[in-house]
Amino acid sequence: MNGWKRSGRGAKARLVATMEPQEVVVLRGLIGEVRDMLAARTAETPADELAELTGIRTGSSVPPEDKVLARLLPEFSRDDPALAGALRSLHEPALIEAKEGAAVAVLDTLPDGGGRIELTVEQADAWLAALNDVRLALGTALDIDDDMPDDLPEDDPRTAHLGVYHWLTFVQDALVQSRLQVKF
Amino acid sequence: MPAPLPVPTRQVEEVTDEAAAAETPWQAVVWNDPVNLMSYVTYVLQKLFGYPEPKATALMLDVHHKGKAAVSSGDKDKIEGDVAKLHAAGLWATMQRA
Repeated sequence: MNGWKRSGRGAKARLVATMEPQEVVVLRGLIGEVRDMLAARTAETPADELAELTGIRTGSSVPPEDKVLARLLPEFSRDDPALAGALRSLHEPALIEAKEGAAVAVLDTLPDGGGRIELTVEQADAWLAALNDVRLALGTALDIDDDMPDDLPEDDPRTAHLGVYHWLTFVQDALVQSRLQVKF
Repeated sequence: MPAPLPVPTRQVEEVTDEAAAAETPWQAVVWNDPVNLMSYVTYVLQKLFGYPEPKATALMLDVHHKGKAAVSSGDKDKIEGDVAKLHAAGLWATMQRA
């Protein structure tokens, strides 16, 4: 992966990159982990009879205990717990569905064994959301903060993961820059 | 000029307060986050709200330097929808009364 290039204009605009086989494996794996976490969250609140009758799914009103899931599925209010709970219950199923959709859009356009990736603008938007979710998950798990050094000591168990995190940052930032060359 | 009676005055005040509360706009607030990229936040604000690039950049810099910024305002339903979209984009957003 040496960054993204834009080709074509307007409806024919495409964002193009090449990924090494190992890069595809890593990205596929991380996206799979985020999907698994979200699916487990959904399984905690199975659809009840009322939801099946009305077609309106409601989720849990309580934020996830896991810090990664809690970051992926934020609260709607900081100072009004009742409002936060009601809106979580109402919106969380659709939020999980949106994240799942973005994840699948990436998996569908990732070339097995590495190679050329060519995205429409719509697909690029899905990639940006999914890459962001993976970075949020990994960054939260690694306790990334503004003081995090670019490199950790070699014997730090997080070193390899931090390398992957920085690679994802590069892939996402490069895709944002290319995406911004195409009109909204 | 007769002095206003206490009871009607109070009633008028109550009605006014309720009307004002219903009209008080809400805000979608984006909070600073150590993971989300400055470029990505600017892109999201342009895409979701149709803001021109300078406005999106100014709001992003407010988030970055001040810790938060109100990125949209309106009635409760609109802001609820805005926060839901910001969450789908992975931004750390909440809603509050303006």
